[in-house]
Amino acid sequence: MQTDTLTRPSGAGNMASGNLALGADADHMVLTLTVAGQLCGVPALAVRDVLGQQAITRIPLAPPEVAGSLNLRGRIVTAIDLRRRLHLAPWEAGAKPMSVVVEHQGELYSLLADQVGEVLSLNPAERAANPPTLDASWKEVSLGVHRLGESLLVVLDVERLMRIG
Amino acid sequence: MDDLLADFLTETNEGLQSLDGALLSLERNPDDPAVLAEVFRTIHTIKGTCGFLGLPRLEKVAHAAENVLGRWREGSLPVTAAGISLILRAVDRIKAIVAGLESAGAEPAGDDAEMIALLDAAFRGEEVAVDGPAAPPQAEAPAPVAAVAEPEPAPAAAAPQPAAAAQPPAQPTEAGPGNAPQTIRVAVDVLEDLMVLVSELVLTRNQLMQLARTETNSAFSVPLQRLSQITSDLQDGVMKTRMQPIGSAWQKLPRLVRDLSHDLGKKIILEQHGAETELDRQVMELIKDPLTHMVRNSADHGLEGPEERRAAGKPETGRITLNAYHEGGHIVMEIGDDGRGLSTARISEKVIRQGLATEAEIASMSEQEIHRFIFRPGFSTAAAITSVSGRGVGMDVVKTNLERIGGIVELRSREGRGTTFTIKIPLTLAIAAALIVESAGERFAIPQNSVLELVRVGDGDGPKIEMIKSTPVMRLRDRLLPLVNLSRLLALQDQPVAAGGSSFVVVSQVGSQVFGIMVDRVFDTEEIVVKPVAPILRDVTMFSGNTILGDGSVIMILDPNGIARGTGLGVETNGEAAATLTAATRSAESRDHTAVLLFRAGEGAPKAVPLGLIARLEDLPAERIEQAGDSLVVQYRGSLMPLIPLSGYGAVMPAPGSKQAVLVFGDGAHSMGLMVDEILDVMETQLVIDGAGARQGFLGSSVIADKVTEVLDCAYWLHQGGADWFSATAKAKEVTRKPRVLLVEDSSFFRNLVVPALSAAGYAITGLPNPREALRLREAGEMFDIILSDINMPEMDGLQFVRAIRDGGPWQELPVIALSAQAEPDDVEAGREAGFTDYVAKYDRDALIGALTQAIELQVFARSIDSPV
Repeated sequence: MQTDTLTRPSGAGNMASGNLALGADADHMVLTLTVAGQLCGVPALAVRDVLGQQAITRIPLAPPEVAGSLNLRGRIVTAIDLRRRLHLAPWEAGAKPMSVVVEHQGELYSLLADQVGEVLSLNPAERAANPPTLDASWKEVSLGVHRLGESLLVVLDVERLMRIG
Repeated sequence: MDDLLADFLTETNEGLQSLDGALLSLERNPDDPAVLAEVFRTIHTIKGTCGFLGLPRLEKVAHAAENVLGRWREGSLPVTAAGISLILRAVDRIKAIVAGLESAGAEPAGDDAEMIALLDAAFRGEEVAVDGPAAPPQAEAPAPVAAVAEPEPAPAAAAPQPAAAAQPPAQPTEAGPGNAPQTIRVAVDVLEDLMVLVSELVLTRNQLMQLARTETNSAFSVPLQRLSQITSDLQDGVMKTRMQPIGSAWQKLPRLVRDLSHDLGKKIILEQHGAETELDRQVMELIKDPLTHMVRNSADHGLEGPEERRAAGKPETGRITLNAYHEGGHIVMEIGDDGRGLSTARISEKVIRQGLATEAEIASMSEQEIHRFIFRPGFSTAAAITSVSGRGVGMDVVKTNLERIGGIVELRSREGRGTTFTIKIPLTLAIAAALIVESAGERFAIPQNSVLELVRVGDGDGPKIEMIKSTPVMRLRDRLLPLVNLSRLLALQDQPVAAGGSSFVVVSQVGSQVFGIMVDRVFDTEEIVVKPVAPILRDVTMFSGNTILGDGSVIMILDPNGIARGTGLGVETNGEAAATLTAATRSAESRDHTAVLLFRAGEGAPKAVPLGLIARLEDLPAERIEQAGDSLVVQYRGSLMPLIPLSGYGAVMPAPGSKQAVLVFGDGAHSMGLMVDEILDVMETQLVIDGAGARQGFLGSSVIADKVTEVLDCAYWLHQGGADWFSATAKAKEVTRKPRVLLVEDSSFFRNLVVPALSAAGYAITGLPNPREALRLREAGEMFDIILSDINMPEMDGLQFVRAIRDGGPWQELPVIALSAQAEPDDVEAGREAGFTDYVAKYDRDALIGALTQAIELQVFARSIDSPV
């Protein structure tokens, strides 16, 4: 049931050889992505697709976090600009963001990230709570922090990411 | 009869299929009242329908079986396995008869006396034993009653007989054509899936066509054309499977109303019009609940009890009217009652109490705006909560549900007269034609059904975009059209457009409001599959959905409703609810919002003139203005146009090098320029004119944008210009009740001239552009004192119109005055013959008011003669 939830189109060149054998601990698996240098993770079970750069149609008057919409095999996917959502620096000109397509309340959303990494299994026991001093806009969407070698990975809550506007 | 029988067979077969299972489960749990009730109901239904259809054999068997089941249900007889077997046998018999009925169209011959005797015995409480398949001998059945022992073999003998007659032909019926019913039941899911597939097919077809367009002489083009055609046909076919007459959503309402009328102690009748109007099944499902709710509301809150009605001088029996009709790609449904109407005072009080608005805000709102509070969540005006309604969950849910499917709901209510809700919903949610346009580099789709026409604007002779202050307008066939700057509205780019910047104007209509949307480019029309926008975009009201185009890109679908609202054009839509919706009330009644041009001229208050009267606005260089005797003229479009100063200081040449703002009035050959100091703004306002203290040249004053503003008497100024239009005179004398005048006139120029002039003269005037709409008002039960009609009109002219009035109906006896530019004796004679009361030259106000006064006096006189009798 879980194994087919993650497809890897050829466009996703940056996907490393993650552990795809989703087993009992699928709940603890995250897909890593980088947003303006920050390593983040989204629960792998929520991910439906990973796409390379896409043609995105702007949606006038939409909340600023909404980058637009794109066509995923006949379904319309609303793209969320993670940089804006997380109050990070705007995209440089010529940036080619990748899309991590997640499902939220029956609708598909694409999270625009700089790079998409791999699927990791995280030990829930190692998850640290949000540092109290964390920026409020991050605290709102972060499920906790993992140490990953040299860097820190922030686990994002898809549900809360969608609370826009 | 055949249809009825077919329906009966379909339904009975369904019932019978479930019956076996139900009986078997009853056998396992003899005490399950729900199953028992279900079995009873099924048999009961079969019996009832049989009686109605004249199927005596079936009826008798079903009746006997029902009797047994009835006792079981009461608990006066225990459910035994033997009993169940007996019932199963009866069901088998029913099946056999039904099968015979299906193949032959009539009940097969046969004798059920034994079966019935057995059932009757069981009904009397006698123990019966049948060799049913699931009938193990009961422990308590060692002493079978003698009467039963004997018939035991009999049913076995009797049963094969009808079965032999009926079953063999029944088998081939399933496969062969025969007389089998011509309908099949298909699960809704299957239809839905088909629709989705067809939608995708349409998209793929579009994509292919797009590709083929770039390739000429492709070998694919012919088969592709064929594919396209078939796809369209398939789409139509699948759409048809989803269409149902709206009457099926109304089916439950008569019963509901009957029950409500009992519960509430009111007399109510329900009238239905247009039940055959078809709409998409999916849409129908979605409106069923809102509809029920609204009818419930009408019965509970809307209509009064018999005493109250009698006291109010109304018939005791209240009336709820359902009306449905198609309009464009929409279905319009009206749910109206002739009850007490909404109490503005009570709503206001409640609004203030609930803190939804302050007293000051309420004071500045129109009645319609206040009424709309009933669509707010948690708002109910019912003084007491009844079992029927009044809990404040309702109208907001209705509104949200309807809006979710792209519908709108409006209400129109008059205290003491009743309330009408008007719902307008798209016929189908699935596939629509749309125009693809581009603005500021972004593409958008505009639903075709709200596009009236497409106008190319440019530097040539055609229409141009002109600016009034910073408001773009366009003159299209003597009509000043407000324009919406799409790129600005959608915040695509911020700089104001220069006149002549955009190259196309999409003329759209929302309700009665016509406006233009300025776009840069227009592509094709394309069939689009409307997909709802993601929930996080719900607040963006400018779009009704999004779709994928042939080239695979995603595109937003503009919602003309949202645009109108977003630009303030929708004032009317929000306020004078139904006026924007039903064609019948698309009148330019003077209490409606009117677009007025505000300007300054001379000293004192700002001045206003209805925008519709102005043909053009010009900024003339002083050099072009010439002196001719005492007055000023300008060479304008090949003729001399008189310029009249509004400042009151006589004709003064503007300083050389300066520019003179001029309002140009005109109707074909005549034109006249009014010199003003400065153009201020264009506003939508309710033009309520107070005639007190009016100066010459002004109808009176009106409060516009919180400022006292003088409203121009165009007739006076046109007269000053020498045009032989109106001669300004004293006003008609004050009348206690304003006589109601209906004006039917296709020229909006003339309508705009007459409506304010007559309303200032003390008449309540309703202006309509054509006789068809007028007759619709007659159907709607509107009443007038007098009718003014133009003669030369497209479609239906004045003579045909008056004949239609004289043919009968409530307007039969009304005076009808003809207005015409030509008043030759022959014309007058033809007019009188057709039924006109009087004939007045079009531009003679004195004669018009004289004729009106006379006609109304005559009517009053006639009434005073009639009444004592």
